[in-house]
Amino acid sequence: MLTTRQLIFWLLPIPFLLAFCLLEGSSGFGWPDTATPTGRALLELRLSRVATGWVVGAALSCAGCAMQAVLRNPLAEPYVLGVSSGGCLGAALVIAFGLSVISPLALPFGAFVGAAAALLLVCTLAGRVGSYTPNTLILTGVVVGSILSSLLMLLLSFAQSRAVHSITWWMLGNLQSASWPLLAMIAGLVALAIGALFAEARSLNALLLGAEAAHNLGVRTRIAVPLILGAATLAAAAAVSVSGIIGFVGLIVPHALRRFTGANHRMLLPCAAVFGGTFLVLCDTLARTLFAPHEIPVGVVTSLIGGPFFLFLLTQTRPAAPLREKAAQ
Amino acid sequence: MITLEHVTARYGENIVLNDVSFTVGRGEMLALVGPNGAGKSSLLRVITGQLPAQGTARVCGTDTVRLCPRTRAKTLAVVPQEIARDIPFAARDFVLLGRTASLPRFGGPSDADDDAVRDAMLLTETWNLRDRLLPEMSGGERQRLALAMALAGKPEILLLDEPTSHLDLRHRAEIMRLLTRLNREQRTTILMVVHDLTLASQFFSRLILLSASRVLADGAPADVLRPDLLETAYACPVRVIPLPGVSATCVLPKL
Repeated sequence: MLTTRQLIFWLLPIPFLLAFCLLEGSSGFGWPDTATPTGRALLELRLSRVATGWVVGAALSCAGCAMQAVLRNPLAEPYVLGVSSGGCLGAALVIAFGLSVISPLALPFGAFVGAAAALLLVCTLAGRVGSYTPNTLILTGVVVGSILSSLLMLLLSFAQSRAVHSITWWMLGNLQSASWPLLAMIAGLVALAIGALFAEARSLNALLLGAEAAHNLGVRTRIAVPLILGAATLAAAAAVSVSGIIGFVGLIVPHALRRFTGANHRMLLPCAAVFGGTFLVLCDTLARTLFAPHEIPVGVVTSLIGGPFFLFLLTQTRPAAPLREKAAQ
Repeated sequence: MITLEHVTARYGENIVLNDVSFTVGRGEMLALVGPNGAGKSSLLRVITGQLPAQGTARVCGTDTVRLCPRTRAKTLAVVPQEIARDIPFAARDFVLLGRTASLPRFGGPSDADDDAVRDAMLLTETWNLRDRLLPEMSGGERQRLALAMALAGKPEILLLDEPTSHLDLRHRAEIMRLLTRLNREQRTTILMVVHDLTLASQFFSRLILLSASRVLADGAPADVLRPDLLETAYACPVRVIPLPGVSATCVLPKL
């Protein structure tokens, strides 16, 4: 069984890893010369990348944990309810209509509105179908996501080539464009969402047994389920708005962590935030240094690492002993 | 403790309970019997407030749908027919779920919560499994843990949906003895769905026979386990054989 000491052992290298990611760049390893404007700009750029990566990774991992519990589907991730397609369409509309030149906030705002509108549409339709059961929500999410993706393709077919390039690059996922005010706003939204999820950690634990069992255990499922889905979508939408589509983080981080912490969300959620954030920062460091000076989209790196790693996890069927709630206190 | 008056419940157009009325007093121990699809599980869902129904359904004098969820969970615990086997909960954390209604939103479990969990696990002989994961356990062990989870909340009413279905003879007898003891010593009200009519006659002083969404009979085992009533309910010829030396009746289908 994992003890507090073992948890500390796993947490201890994280500040060093983040420091390494801060020092490593396409221009080489080391502290930039802050006496020069170029050095200061370089340091600020790297700091922004590390901070953005950490916030986005934490948001996607926690959203993945919550979605997998509520939907009782191990393949559920933040984008399963059409959030990614909605975010893409929102961002594509902003780019295609040239609104991104009005304000740097226009693109993230468009992506956020698109993602949130997609979730609203999915929930409304699922409610009309008859229930908010996991299967209904997932099926509605898949169909709505497909329709929104088709609309995106339609938009791309009419867009100018420059806009097509911008939209495609954005869809591949990257952490380049976040300014400090924007990042502060996104971090605030993500903190709010993760806080709401942690407040519902006991409901998430009960919901793993199904909505009926959770009801019998005293969970107000009609309030808790929409609240959790809303908070997870808020986190995912905030992440999408600043980074584009970054896949696999919300899938593999929770799956890998459950083997160490067990299914208890009071352990799982904080661990997902810390390790998910660190995982994405590491992936982004690889993305900007692997083929330096050429940079590859971080979404490509997370998929290339996440895909095989997820397959490896699937072959390891026996989970490890979990971290008990009392043990980490 | 539980009052149902002219309760009618539907899934869409399909009536699953039709004009069902009965009361269960404090400290009673009764079994719900009847064929598949008779409405036994639906009846439990009406009592837990999950299935809205016409008529009156009250627990401790309050309408089941209007009961505050936390109050309801502290009063009434449910042992389901089966629990998912693929959730990587440690047994102790799983049983702690039974205290969800008492636990603070942010804080950890108190000593009282830990004591309640340990007591429930000792009662159900699952304390030795406390650090094992659910996916590593047999169906019988998971079923005993489900009972421990329900007992951890120290409920006044225990609803059980065939809790002995995955248990071998020894564990089945032990669970039934435990339920009888809880009922006798702590006056826990017990309402249990049972398919095994012989088991029902051995351990319960009152049976309710449901058939085609209605109450066909309500009374002592000798009054309910009659060939004519059982043949009507199960649409199957049966032999009812009183067992000498024990207050139980063996019910067999005629082949």
